[in-house]
Amino acid sequence: MIMRLKKLPLYIIAFMLLIFTGFPFIYMISTSLKSRSHFFEEPFALFSSFSLENFTSVFEMGLTRYFINSIFVSIIAVIIVMFVAALASYPLSRMKFKLNKVLFLLFISGMMLPIHATLIPIFKLTQSMGVFDTIWALLGPYIAFSLPISIFILTQFMQEIPKSLEEAAKMDGCNHFGIFWRVILPMLTPALMTVLIYNFIHLWNEFIFALVLISSPENMTLPLGLQDFKGEFSVNIPGLMAALTLASLPILVVYLFSQEKVVKGLAGGAVKG
Amino acid sequence: MNTPVKIADRHGVVKLNTVTKYKKIRSALTISAFVAPAIIIYAVYVLFPIMSTLMYSFYEWDGMGVGVFVGLQNYIDLFKDAVFWRALTNNTWVVLTSVFAQIPLGLIMALMLFAPIKGIKFFSSVYFFPFLMSTVAIGLLWVLMFDPLNGVINSIINVFGFENVSWLSETNTALFAVLLVIVWQFSPFYMILFKAAIVGIPGELYEAAEIDGASSFQKFFNITLPLLMPTIVSSSILAIVGSLKAFDIFYIMTGGGPNHGTELLGTYMFKQAFINFNMGYASAIAFIMFFLALFVTIIIQVMDHFRKKKGAYGI
Repeated sequence: MIMRLKKLPLYIIAFMLLIFTGFPFIYMISTSLKSRSHFFEEPFALFSSFSLENFTSVFEMGLTRYFINSIFVSIIAVIIVMFVAALASYPLSRMKFKLNKVLFLLFISGMMLPIHATLIPIFKLTQSMGVFDTIWALLGPYIAFSLPISIFILTQFMQEIPKSLEEAAKMDGCNHFGIFWRVILPMLTPALMTVLIYNFIHLWNEFIFALVLISSPENMTLPLGLQDFKGEFSVNIPGLMAALTLASLPILVVYLFSQEKVVKGLAGGAVKG
Repeated sequence: MNTPVKIADRHGVVKLNTVTKYKKIRSALTISAFVAPAIIIYAVYVLFPIMSTLMYSFYEWDGMGVGVFVGLQNYIDLFKDAVFWRALTNNTWVVLTSVFAQIPLGLIMALMLFAPIKGIKFFSSVYFFPFLMSTVAIGLLWVLMFDPLNGVINSIINVFGFENVSWLSETNTALFAVLLVIVWQFSPFYMILFKAAIVGIPGELYEAAEIDGASSFQKFFNITLPLLMPTIVSSSILAIVGSLKAFDIFYIMTGGGPNHGTELLGTYMFKQAFINFNMGYASAIAFIMFFLALFVTIIIQVMDHFRKKKGAYGI
């Protein structure tokens, strides 16, 4: 009994933190299930009605298009990043050459870089490349800004692969490309998972490049589209909440199914550093 | 390793023989082939743009055609611009909030994950939720929660006998409101960092302390906290650098307003560039953001260098 009482403060803190972190989600989901008129009658009642009408109306407003755009650009960018970063990390972590340290620092310092410092030139560049206001405009910046953290994670991991494996492959007549493809890449899977999760979540949520480089609704990604909903739904708050719920759902579902991996992935670069 | 074969020519100058030379060129080509794709993309979208930003910052330019070279005029104007200083102050507030609210709260959350209570797995799952949500969604959700009429925050403070507050449209409450949201969003991130660090603390230390009759508080202040110092330092670095980049949540929730009350370097740069089309002036702001980030990074590197020389974390 005394033991239990001693733990009471701990439970109180745990629950307070639970309410602080969890309440906005509960409120969002509960509001998204209210009809518009019901929301104005009882804006604060939690889970007082369960209507799905908002969700259907959100899809009619074009949320599907934003979803497709976001999935498309995030997946393509992440795949290219994984490949390009793995290629670059191989000599950076396992070969000795003059510019090695300089190159590594150059890439890594990109993590500190404010996107704003590149915004105007990239805006001009996309215009002159003729891809302004298309989904392709986002690909270049997304890949480039994902490289630093990806190279950081991959080089850290590659340094720990024993040299002996490589030597053995060399004896068998493998050149560097052979070693990379047959020896290093297969061992890299866990690190590549980290890179994939980290970058996918960040690109899925990316806002500022989309804001500057995309203007037509049919090319908007999910964050940008949501922002655009704000005006349309100024009279329909439950509808907006339904859109937010739907937009947050994919990542939350992935998280619930592979919690350890997502947490590790998101902390990936930072925990080791 | 191949030892390069050295041959002296008739002037006595040592030359590498052709085979070694060939090998060197080949290895250089191999390395380039591996690194080239990354370097090209990085140069086009990161390195050259930074240099262009610096160049644009010396021009008066509306984004069309050619600008007029004005030398340092943009920087001179900027240092006289009250909004710029306001933005810089607000960025500092973001830094302070990150270091003194997010990190301590993240630490408390991480400590709770090791508390001897039931349902930890559930608690930890929910604690992490905010960090997964997109900033735009977070911003819109909290705008509604802060709404003066239909907002749940006002209905909560009403319960405690306070009047309704129009949080986001009053200068003195808007900044506080957005900073609160930042704490909500990013504390889980620091929780993860601290969790990983706490797992790494050897259990024997606590056992030994227990034998010596140490209380929970003594254990925390004499074991946990000192050993978490490196994590606290690296978290603070992440927080400071991240705070310089802050943009999304402010843009969504207040757009820098009311009356520049929540203006940041990021939002001000965006407005000057893409609303007022003062591309040169905006480039000057952008370059100052870059410079500040670089400055902080260099200071951190230098400190790190000395810390490593001392061989400890200075605890």
